[in-house]
Amino acid sequence: MMKNTGKSQSTVSRRKVIKNLALSIAGFFTPGILKAGEVLEKFQNWVLGENYKPAEHHWGMGIDINKCIGCGRCAAACKNENDVPREPFFFRTWVERYRIFEDGEVAIDSPNGAVDGFKNFPDSDKKIVRSFFVPKICNHCENPPCVQVCPVGATFKTPDGVILVDPGYCIGCRYCIQACPYGARFLDPETRTAEKCTFCYHRVVKGMTTACVEACPTQARIFGELDKKASPLVRFRRMNKINVLKPSLNTEPKVYYANFDMEVK
Amino acid sequence: MDLDNFNWEEINKKLKESVRAMKSFWKSLPEQVKRLTVIVIVLIFALIFVRGLLVPADFGKYGHYRASAIDEIISQEINYAGHGICLECHDDIVEKKQSSYHKGVSCEVCHGPAAKHTESPDEVSLRAPRGRGYCPLCHEYLPSRPTGFPQIVSASHNPMKPCITCHNPHDPKPPQTPKECSACHAEIARTKSLSRHIYVPCVRCHEAPVDHKIKPREVLPSKPQTREFCGGCHGEDADSDKGIPRIDLAEHYEHYTCWQCHYPHLPEAP
Repeated sequence: MMKNTGKSQSTVSRRKVIKNLALSIAGFFTPGILKAGEVLEKFQNWVLGENYKPAEHHWGMGIDINKCIGCGRCAAACKNENDVPREPFFFRTWVERYRIFEDGEVAIDSPNGAVDGFKNFPDSDKKIVRSFFVPKICNHCENPPCVQVCPVGATFKTPDGVILVDPGYCIGCRYCIQACPYGARFLDPETRTAEKCTFCYHRVVKGMTTACVEACPTQARIFGELDKKASPLVRFRRMNKINVLKPSLNTEPKVYYANFDMEVK
Repeated sequence: MDLDNFNWEEINKKLKESVRAMKSFWKSLPEQVKRLTVIVIVLIFALIFVRGLLVPADFGKYGHYRASAIDEIISQEINYAGHGICLECHDDIVEKKQSSYHKGVSCEVCHGPAAKHTESPDEVSLRAPRGRGYCPLCHEYLPSRPTGFPQIVSASHNPMKPCITCHNPHDPKPPQTPKECSACHAEIARTKSLSRHIYVPCVRCHEAPVDHKIKPREVLPSKPQTREFCGGCHGEDADSDKGIPRIDLAEHYEHYTCWQCHYPHLPEAP
């Protein structure tokens, strides 16, 4: 460094001096930055446990609409597992009932998110053409609009593709609730922070499956790896015709539906 | 580096020159610009200082978020113990269930979250729904439920009896082999009862082996295979009641089988 500046001092420009100065400062910090990378990896291992390496996983969910019987055990289990407020406005997952009538009208209902199951409707004059249940959950999008709009970096995507909310950092501005095209978020009435499905991240990092999958009596929901060669979800995606919710928005959801009707919104 | 050729004096001279140039540049600035520059520099340092105080130390370690948030999220308590662990103590029940229709229904669906029970089994016991309220969550007849899923109308299905008096939830079977097809195929029976085929018995079209009632999914009843089967009643020259609608099998959409257009359990449906 000294030699360089010394030799060319008579012709050196101000720009070159500043450039060299910046480079030498950068060089001075390089070992520190590299070291920080190692420390970071160690820290991550310590936080998540030696066995769980986020970069080696990529989580998703498959939902077979034909298998869903609308019992709502998934929604109830989610509330039990995650202490979701019991009031009938707050759900991390819920089940919708679709009824498509002869005149083309579509009725969608989800009484208390199906936590108490569904009741029969009094017979109306209208004839139902098709009817089915659709479980809904955060889609854990590859391009999450909710993460884009968060002004403070309180919601984020983990390396394994799960979208999480940091309740300690959320300021409760509700931009993310507005931005989610799937209505998967809500404002917790007690903490006044945004809340949503975490894919049961606290279970998944310990090798367990999500509470809703655990509770589904018909295996309508499948949780698993998207990129592994053999996984129940990979097989599900190979054996079924798959659709996602609102594909035109390019959010690239990671919740895949089989036997998906055109009326599902 | 050959330090011998280094001209220190030259460097010193140039340095002094540049310092002198900067001093004279600063002096030539108007007073208000000098003050403004000082204020701006102080503000920049204040900003850096305050930002350092407010932004958590681990922010941005993995991405644009607080790294310890993951730690906090995964420290959440687990309530559902998972489907594998019950086997360790209740092996007799789990084994029984594994070969029953409820093999896909994990224990915690009915008995509730069991993590605390697995930690201290004597202190925390689990609920077992015994009333008539719980089973209908899955098995009450709803038109939206997939065809083939066993359903009842609880208002007319032995109204006062709890389900478990006849059905063992760990090995649910019909209490006796049903005589009527409608015991299992209720939806089809209801549909057919509204149709012109109401008086056509199921076995006219489906040959049901006796074993179908005992092993319903392993021994399946037959289904009609050809157009001529329907033609046995609906063909022009069929030997059947005069009121039955007739078609000319040779000309009536000859490339299709009948049930591609007509639903045999409700033939008048469009």
